[in-house]
Amino acid sequence: MDETRRDFLLKTGKFIVLSAAAAGAWEAVVHGQPDRVPEAYRLLDHWWAFTIDIDKCIGCGNCVYACKKENDVPLEPQFSRTWVERYHVNPDDMEHPEVDSPDGGYFGFPEKYAGQDGKNFFVPKMCNHCATSPCVQVCPVGATFESPDGVVLVDKSYCLGCRYCVQACPYGCRFIDPRTSTVDKCTLCYHRITKGLTTACCEVCPTGARQLGDLKNPNDPIHAFLRDHKVQILKPQMATGAKCYYNGLDGSVR
Amino acid sequence: MRHFFEHKEHLVRMAVLFVVGILAFVVFREIMVPAGFGEYGHFRAGALDDVRAHPVKYAGQATCVQCHTDIAEQRAQGKHAHIGCEACHGPLATHAEGKSDEVPTKPDPRATCLRCHTQNVTKPKTFPQIVPAEHSAEGPCTACHQAHSPSLS
Ligand code: HEC
Ligand code: HEC
Ligand code: HEC
Ligand code: HEC
Repeated sequence: MDETRRDFLLKTGKFIVLSAAAAGAWEAVVHGQPDRVPEAYRLLDHWWAFTIDIDKCIGCGNCVYACKKENDVPLEPQFSRTWVERYHVNPDDMEHPEVDSPDGGYFGFPEKYAGQDGKNFFVPKMCNHCATSPCVQVCPVGATFESPDGVVLVDKSYCLGCRYCVQACPYGCRFIDPRTSTVDKCTLCYHRITKGLTTACCEVCPTGARQLGDLKNPNDPIHAFLRDHKVQILKPQMATGAKCYYNGLDGSVR
Repeated sequence: MRHFFEHKEHLVRMAVLFVVGILAFVVFREIMVPAGFGEYGHFRAGALDDVRAHPVKYAGQATCVQCHTDIAEQRAQGKHAHIGCEACHGPLATHAEGKSDEVPTKPDPRATCLRCHTQNVTKPKTFPQIVPAEHSAEGPCTACHQAHSPSLS
């Protein structure tokens, strides 16, 4: 038998392809069938979103407090997974609102603008759980990701603490946890919502300004809310696919 | 055939190189790629379980009302009907699950109320607000109002 170059290349090619396939198959053999999320929770049956009604927020800071308690977010220095901003918009200069958020609103808001001309309102902020998130796109190790049910999460065991995502988030929703030197952010209380509870911030919100919603559940009140209100997301021009819908969002909010 | 074997050391060398290279790649990949990576996307599937493993601290009001039916009824009649118990009482999952024998401390009957009701121009106009110094300069608000059903009229 005379082996031509073509035969040789063909054989080597087959060898490479088959051994790659074998490696893939071996992986499946070693790890067995995937059985990741047991119990009744089915990943593909949910698509989580959030609504915030600015006209209802009283700036009590309950959400900031509860989030820290529930998720063991460090008290000092003042990092927050969710925080509340206070806006004061002067009618003479609508483009440049005065914004403050003392300790994220953790202790509430001492009166500041009494008797001044202009409009005032609170804007609760948190991770927007974007469907095409810039933070996910920049992660070099696949440590931050969009879960199949629409929540942006962090794999702390693989996070390098490189801070790319902190830079990439247009909403400033990420920080480095000083205890672990890994990134930390709102998980939409993933440990709660996958057990049928609402998020800690929604649980303690006295006026219902914050609401968790499941867009894949046809009976969820979020559909009525989105239908009955004129909603907006933050920074729509960034095309992040944000899923945090604000009712009554003023144009001055950044 | 003879032609083939004449230069076989070239082929053997190359084949060995290929095999070693492929083996090295497979082994390296096996070591570097965590288990379950790529199952749902470009991430380690087990990370979902890691996040879910976090303990719950706020039991949720649905749990509280199962035992504290009297207070639930009281609350349902008043203006605080839609406020979760733990909004005022703080996280009480360990109490609700019976994991702690400690009786929860009562919330401060003045500071708790002021957190929400102190007047502030930034609050929505429709929300009932008071100026503490004018309304009740000191002492617990519960001297007149009931915490769980606060309206007097
Ligand atoms: C399994 C039933 C059960 C559940 C669930 C439960 N409690 Fe209790 N709770 C009790 C009992 C029984 C006592 C009385 C303890 C005592 O007085 O010795 C109590 C006491 C209390 C007290 C103190 C009452 C006092 O007189 O000082 C508070 C406050 C309280 N519960 C709040 C809550 C809240 C808020 C929740 C929801 C997170 C909750 N409880 C869930 C059974 C329950
Ligand atoms: C608006 C805040 C607020 C909410 C909401 C609230 N509580 Fe309270 N609760 C208080 C305060 C304040 C006290 C202390 C009253 C006092 O010292 O007289 C109290 C006292 C109690 C007590 C002690 C017994 C009593 O009657 O004084 C229990 C038990 C209790 N709450 C359970 C609950 C449960 C269960 C819920 C949810 C259904 C709930 N609370 C919701 C503020 C609240
Ligand atoms: C977590 C925030 C919060 C706390 C804490 C709180 N409240 Fe309220 N309160 C509310 C909300 C929300 C309403 C309902 C407002 C509405 O109906 O628009 C309300 C309504 C009231 C009303 C009825 C006002 C009316 O228009 O009739 C009174 C009185 C009142 N609260 C007193 C208290 C007292 C006393 C306390 C302390 C025991 C307290 N509140 C604690 C949020 C709070
Ligand atoms: C001396 C009794 C008394 C005390 C103490 C008291 N209140 Fe009142 N409060 C009243 C009366 C009377 C009203 C008017 C009747 C009503 O609206 O229920 C009222 C009304 C309110 C209202 C409704 C105001 C509105 O605009 O609708 C709020 C909110 C309120 N009180 C909160 C508090 C808070 C918070 C405290 C504690 C700092 C407190 N009250 C202490 C007697 C009292």
